[in-house]
Amino acid sequence: MAETHSLQDMRQQAAVAAKVFIQRDYTKGTVCQFQTKFPSELETRIDKQQFEETVQTLNNLYAEAEKLGSQSYVEGCLACLTAYTIFLCMETHYEKVLKKIAKYIQEQNDKIYAPRGLLLTDPIERGLRVIEVTIFEDRSLTR
Amino acid sequence: MHLGVSESMRECEYSQISTRSSTPMETPYKKRTPKMRKWESFPGRNKFYCNGRIMMAKQTGVFYLTLVLILVTCGLFFTFDCPFLALELTPVIPVIGGVLFLFVLGTLLRTSFSDPGVLPRATPDEAADLERQIDVANGSTGYRPPPRTKEVVINGQTVKLKYCFTCKIFRPPRASHCSLCDNCVERFDHHCPWVGNCVGRRNYRFFYMFILSLSFLTIFIFAFVITHVILRSHRSGFLNALKDSPASVLEVVVCFFSVWSIVGLSGFHTYLISSNQTTNEDIKGSWSSKRGKDNYNPYSHGNIFTNCCAALCGPLPPSLIDRRGFIQSDTPQLAPPTNGITMYGATQSQQSHMCDQDQCIQSTKFVLQAAATPLLQQQSSQPVILTASPENGGSLPGRTSLTLGGPCTSLPLGQPTPPTSTPSLSCHEATDMLPIHGHSHTHNHSHPHQEPVAHHHFLTPEEVPSPPGMLPCGSPLGHSHTMQAGFYNPASQDSLHEDSVRGLVKLSSV
Repeated sequence: MAETHSLQDMRQQAAVAAKVFIQRDYTKGTVCQFQTKFPSELETRIDKQQFEETVQTLNNLYAEAEKLGSQSYVEGCLACLTAYTIFLCMETHYEKVLKKIAKYIQEQNDKIYAPRGLLLTDPIERGLRVIEVTIFEDRSLTR
Repeated sequence: MHLGVSESMRECEYSQISTRSSTPMETPYKKRTPKMRKWESFPGRNKFYCNGRIMMAKQTGVFYLTLVLILVTCGLFFTFDCPFLALELTPVIPVIGGVLFLFVLGTLLRTSFSDPGVLPRATPDEAADLERQIDVANGSTGYRPPPRTKEVVINGQTVKLKYCFTCKIFRPPRASHCSLCDNCVERFDHHCPWVGNCVGRRNYRFFYMFILSLSFLTIFIFAFVITHVILRSHRSGFLNALKDSPASVLEVVVCFFSVWSIVGLSGFHTYLISSNQTTNEDIKGSWSSKRGKDNYNPYSHGNIFTNCCAALCGPLPPSLIDRRGFIQSDTPQLAPPTNGITMYGATQSQQSHMCDQDQCIQSTKFVLQAAATPLLQQQSSQPVILTASPENGGSLPGRTSLTLGGPCTSLPLGQPTPPTSTPSLSCHEATDMLPIHGHSHTHNHSHPHQEPVAHHHFLTPEEVPSPPGMLPCGSPLGHSHTMQAGFYNPASQDSLHEDSVRGLVKLSSV
């Protein structure tokens, strides 16, 4: 779970006002990419560019996970030769990148989103279907 | 092995009884820890073994047949043919045979036991959000909107994404919903009964290696059994040779019939891999040039080599369904549901899909409860006790009444009660719904029912159900037998039963 204690506290204290779902972008095929369109519900909460940058970085990370390159081929062949027992010892490239993504999301939440009363949920917890952005009721912010 | 399913059923019952209410009630079952793993409440029709590590389809009979055929044929080969061949020709033969056999078995088990790429169903919030978007797009009216599709352009080709009503998601391209497993599967190839699982993105390469190696193994065994018989018949004549190794005949027969189908299948899948198509797409002719001059496969990488490498050696995505994770009971559903029915419908459908083999029992219980409904409606001002079930002779005894603590507060279905209470309706009895007509006696109470008995019995006159009407008013019931009541599940079967039951009750209440 990408939540730190502070985020959990915030979650428990604040009420959820709404949830925004960033859907998948299939224009490049079946690779995991999310739409970078800025949702209108977040207009009052966060800078458009900041948000788009987050989503773009996530897209790049997912593209890296699914990239067909020499590294993935070598890994695939090696796995086949060892009858996939090699994955008992080491993790797949995809899993490594997923860990990187989880760390990145947590970092983004801590630095950027939590102070603004938002919370990004790691897409892997939603089956890579959506990026769920939880908007918390913000009573402290005076606008 | 049906332990996985039955165990999960029992666990559902146990955990639901234990989390049900604060009222002390006699329960014959010991209290279990409520920590359940996610596979135990998986909404699809899959079987899980080894505490969620192994995942298969519901019907596994043919898989066991495959296993038996392979094991028996290879067993006979190693026992009866290999000694002769090792001596006469070379001991390399049994070695190669052994390696092939192990490879076949390994890939078969890997194909059968792994998650094919199941897409988890949408969370209630997501489903509600999607519904809202679709309603906005459609300008919703009373009639049922047409099947929802989204169009997307991939590499110059227009692809239609369909909305899956079961999983409440727009299916990614190349995904399809398997009706046997009741799951959406990514890059769905086909559901293979021989391996007892769907073949999808995550296990396609294992499936391909299985059929490829099995073709080699079949041809190998066929060839060497024939060689064996021929060599023997050189010595002692054909008939004697057959008498000396009768197993060879069986092996030849099995291999002969298998070779055609398996080698053919391998060839077909080799073609599919090289053109980066799925069986599904090929059968439908999605990318066939017959459909149009500009119709081409947008997923193909251009050349055969890259396609093959991508399919067989590409990165293997991890399973999206976290089978062995623990269910977080504190998943917040704090936001008021935008569409209450959808939200609860989602959880309900999850529950109802869990143990659908009890549909017969469910529907019978539904009949029972539905029978009570008209009585409630008619005599809502007086205490009534329902004592008999319609199938006990079809006639309710003289004074049938149901105690009601006053008219039920008509709780709207969209009430934001915590969803942990909804699963407290037993897993396969979530569809025990009272038809809520006019919502005069809605029983979507947060108060779980306490009926352990009517799982497999029908309510007898002795089992006086406690008044469901009292429950929403918050008063706890000390009675261990309750009319099972629950949410109105907009499943189609309920309305059918509803109608038939009305007829029954009208007859009986005369």
